[in-house]
Formats: sequence, C-alpha cells, structure tokens
Amino acid sequence: MVKTSSLTYAYGDGQEMVFPDIDLSPGQHLLIIGPSGIGKTTLLYLMAGLLPPLKGNVAIDGKELDSLSRREMDKFRGEQIGLIFQQYHFIKSLNVQDNLLLRQSVLKDPIDKQRRLQLTKRLGLSEYLDKKVTELSQGQQQRLSIALGLIHRPKIILADEPTSNLDDMNCVKVINLLKEEAEICKSSLVIITHDLRVMSHFQNRVEL
Amino acid sequence: MNLGYLAYKNMVSKPLNLLLSLLLLSLSVSLVTFVLQLNKQLSGQLNKNIAPFDMVVGAKGSPLQLVLSSVLHIDAPTGNIKLKDVAMLQNHPFVEKTIPVSYGDNYKGYRLLGTELEYLEKYNAKLQEGRLFQKSFEVVVGNGAATRLNLALGDTFTSSHGLVDGGEGHDHHPYEVVGILQPTGSVVDQLLISNLESVWEAHSHDDSEHNESSNEHHDHDSHENEEEHGNHNEHDHEHENHEHSHEGHEAHEHHEHEEHDHNHEEHDHKEHEGHDHDHEEDENLEITSLLVKFKSPLGMVQLPRFINENTSVQAALPGFEIQRLMGLLGSGATTINGIALAILLVSGLSIFISLLKTIRERRQELALLRTYGFQTKQLLGLALLEGLFLALIGFVSGWVLGRLGIWILSGYMSATYGYTFQVNGPEMIELSLMVVILILAIFAALMASISIFKLNVAKTLSNE
Repeated sequence: MVKTSSLTYAYGDGQEMVFPDIDLSPGQHLLIIGPSGIGKTTLLYLMAGLLPPLKGNVAIDGKELDSLSRREMDKFRGEQIGLIFQQYHFIKSLNVQDNLLLRQSVLKDPIDKQRRLQLTKRLGLSEYLDKKVTELSQGQQQRLSIALGLIHRPKIILADEPTSNLDDMNCVKVINLLKEEAEICKSSLVIITHDLRVMSHFQNRVEL
Repeated sequence: MNLGYLAYKNMVSKPLNLLLSLLLLSLSVSLVTFVLQLNKQLSGQLNKNIAPFDMVVGAKGSPLQLVLSSVLHIDAPTGNIKLKDVAMLQNHPFVEKTIPVSYGDNYKGYRLLGTELEYLEKYNAKLQEGRLFQKSFEVVVGNGAATRLNLALGDTFTSSHGLVDGGEGHDHHPYEVVGILQPTGSVVDQLLISNLESVWEAHSHDDSEHNESSNEHHDHDSHENEEEHGNHNEHDHEHENHEHSHEGHEAHEHHEHEEHDHNHEEHDHKEHEGHDHDHEEDENLEITSLLVKFKSPLGMVQLPRFINENTSVQAALPGFEIQRLMGLLGSGATTINGIALAILLVSGLSIFISLLKTIRERRQELALLRTYGFQTKQLLGLALLEGLFLALIGFVSGWVLGRLGIWILSGYMSATYGYTFQVNGPEMIELSLMVVILILAIFAALMASISIFKLNVAKTLSNE
C-alpha cells in the first residue's frame, strides 16, 4: 500500500536527511517514533506528496508520486490520503458541518451525507455541527481534525501526533477510533508519535 | 458547498475590512454615477426646454441670464422690452414664429407666465383636464405645479409680486384655474400660464391702486403708453373696428385717464393716426422677452448680430448659452469625476490590501485546502471570487447611493427651481464603469494572490 525507497530530503541549509525504507501492505499500520526535530513530520509530508524528495520515491497504492503532475498530485492526495495534523487546521469562517462538507466537495464522488453523519456521530460531534470551529474545545477540535482526515475513506491515513493534547482517557478513545476507522475503510495508519500511550497499541514501528 | 460560498463566508467573517473596502468603492461609484446622471439629466432637460426656440430677445444684460430667465425660468429677468422694439422680427423672412412672454409674478413660488397659446403648442403641452385660457385671469397650470400647489379646476388664487414666494400680493385680480396640463417633462410643468393681458392688468392695477388705472409701465419709462390712455375713449370705436389688433389692446380699454392729463398736448397727433395708433399702442406695451423660432438657419447667423449691434434690445441664442453653461458645469463635473477616480483607485488599492491581508492570514487555510485536493487555480478562483464579490456589492451599493442622491437632489431642485430629475435604471456608461471596476478588482485579486502560487504547503502547515 505504501512503499518508500531510499527517501532523502534536504532542508534549505543543505543538511540531508535519509529515511529508512517503509513498506506497508493494505491495512497494515505503522508508528514512526523518534526524538523531536529528527524529521518525523518531514517524512509524513514526503509520503503525502507535500514535499518533493531529494532522492528516492514514494509509491502509494502502486502509484509513484513523482510521476504525478502537480495537479494530479493534488487530486490524488485529496482522494487517497487522509491527513491529521499536529496543529489543527480548519477553515475558520465555516462551521463544523461546512468544514466537513468542504472536505467532501473535492471528491469526485457525490457528497456522502450518510458518511458524514455516521462519522460525526461516532466521533461525538453530532451536536456541534452548527458551531463555529473556534468555539470547539480542544478535544472537540482534535476529533474534528480526525473526522476531516477520515471522511473521504482514504487508503492511507497519515496522523501527526494525534494524541499530544489529550488526557489518558481521550487518548485511548482516539487510538481506538483511528484503528476502527482504518479497519472499516481497509486503510493503513501511519502515526507519528513520541507518546508512550500510543506505542503500546501498535506493533509495527520505525525509529528515526 | 462550493467555492463561492466559501468566498462569501470568508468575506463576511471580517466585517470591518469588508466595510472599509466597500465604503471606498461605494463612495467613488456613487460620486461618478451621480455626476454622470446629473450632467446627463440636466443637459437633457435644458436642451428639451430650449428646443422650441432658437433665439430669445430681451432687455440688455447677460445673455445667459436672459436665457435662464425667459426660457428656463430659473433666474430673474434682465428687464422689459417694448413690443415695438421687436416688431420687425414678427414678419422677418427668416423668422417662423415669435412668441412674447411676460412675467414677474408668482403664486407660492411658481411662476405666472403671460404668453400666447402657441407657447403651449411649442412645448407640445396638452390639456389633461379643463380648457385653455380664453380671457384674462384664466390660467392653465403645468402638471407639476398643479400637483404641488394642489390646484384643481375652478380654483382661484391671487398672485404675489416677484418670482419667489412671499412677495407683495395683488389682491384684486384673482386668477382662475381653467385647465391643467399633462406632464411634458419640460419647464411648462412648473408654470402657471395665462395670456399676456393678465400680467399687464395685474401690474397696472397693482401699480396704481390709488387711481384704479394704468398700465404697469407708466411709472417707469413708458410715457407713450400714458399718452394713449389719455385718449382712450376717442379710440374705442377703432378698437372694435380693428379686430386684428393685438389682444394686448384690450387691457387698456377700461383704464381711466384722469392722471394722464399732462399728455393731452399730444392728443391731436394721436387721434389722426387711426388704427396705426393701435399698433403703436400695442408696440408700446412691454413684454419681458420675445421667443423666436427661425425659419431659416440664416436667421441664426444674421439676426442675433443685427439685433445686438443695431437695437436697444439684446438677442441670445439658448443653444449657445446652454452649451456655455454646460461647459462651465462640465469642468466642475470633470473635477468631481477626477476626485471620484482617485477614490476609485484608492478603493482598488484597499481591495488589494484587504485581499492581500486576507490571503496572508489564511495562508494555512489555503494550504489546508491544497491538502484536501484543491488546486492552485481553484484557490486563485477563491481570491478572485472574493474580489469580485467586493467589487459587485461595492458597485451596486454605490450605484444605489448615487441614485438616492439624484432623488434627494430632485426633491430639492423641484422645491427651489421647479426642476425634477428621474431616477433612471442603469445606463450603458455605468455598466462600463462596472466592468472597469470588476477588472480592477480582478487585477487587485491577482496581484494579491501571487503568494498562492508560491505557497509551500508543508512549511505553512507546520508553522504556527
């Protein structure tokens, strides 16, 4: 499902970063762990096609990302990849429902209302659909962020520190949610974390 | 959910930014459209009002004033002239028609105009109800004046001296409304129109209430008139025999003459002149001005110059004077348009800055949209839509504001000058202005959107 080979990235200062190869079969999960500043998020962006690698390449579902045009990449990412960011990103002028609708509107499929309702229900957001995103609590924002990463049933879910702001109880809840959703959609989960609470739930891991 | 909705939501999420941009744009659009409309309607109205006449002949003074007062009825007259001074024009080969007008009174600020029925024909004024005036102190009332003065058929009123409300009243000559005209969109709408004799009689009475006599002018400069009054009785039979004589003549039939004794030394002379005297009497009557329509364009070339150089009266060409006036107003309009243009540029700049700010502030949201699968050109479309919304709303509100200005001005003008302006639909030139503004907005949006092309999604999303 996800395959990287000899990925290398160079920052502006010329410092090169070489990543270990990753090879995930469909439905297989992966934890990326390592100290801060080692380039975990960079790896995630490389896998999402948001950064061009210096060397090597990323293939998702058999498709090599560097063979895609910028436009094709945008489209592919929108359909196949679910991103859950460490810092929550929403469209602040839209309410919760419209944020989800906007995410769905990019897809080539007709907007799946059922999916939206089910997902928000499972994530406990049903009552907040008409709220402004800025009015949500930290936990609610986290869940909305997850909903936005999952709503389009992506083949691969890339989550960057999804539990960093959560207490123990919510942390377990979010991990279970991600696993369940990945199960339902037959997606691969790739989670960056340095959270010990998360590590105990996943076997497959790569350390940077 | 489409980008239009998102653009709209983005726009209204910053109401203060929105307000500033809109205000500037709106202001400039309202100024431009207001001035354009004003210019157009004013010149349209002026041209319509002067169209029936090629030349106006009146007392010496400012030619513009003569036109303004005698044709457009918005200024004081330059003075009076004697009918005989302009008699040569009546049968001049270049002249198609002459119509004398005489005025000097008002009723509640609306002018009473003494003239001939042909004046109404020239303006194509038709009766809405009632009939035309047939004798003195019957008036037909312009539609606008009738509405505002609340005059109906059979109503009577007394005029006041002067051209503005509040002058001294003429108590003894009530006018009767015998007809109300249909709206013409011309100056006639604001006039109360009677025959010439009404004006003469009203003033003769007014000027000499103590002796119930005389023509209004004998106090001033018309000694010939007084002479004639003196031998009036002797001429009665002649008046009857000479139906062709001017109606103005009747005005004097009942005058008493005691006060004119000092003129008797000239009686003999007059008595022998028979009906010639009638003409002379008519010609000695005063009118305010004579409106002239030429038969031949040669008249336009020769007559004004001839009159101005060889007679004691002056001739003015309304077309020329109005062109001059509009030229003066035009430079004012140009100035205002220049100011409006400057504001328009500032408003374009403000839209640009506001969009630039918006795009900077929303960099992360734009990056997020990219991760959702929106393409760069769609994000660009978002910025363009926002700019276009702004421009469109700004234009429409500005346009409405401009028309509101016309409407308010119309109320003021109709109260002060009896001129009204129509609140018209959008004009072609205004639509062009809209296109210009939309292009300006697109340009501003594109300039502000340059950073979208260079958006580094990964970096933007990682940064706080």
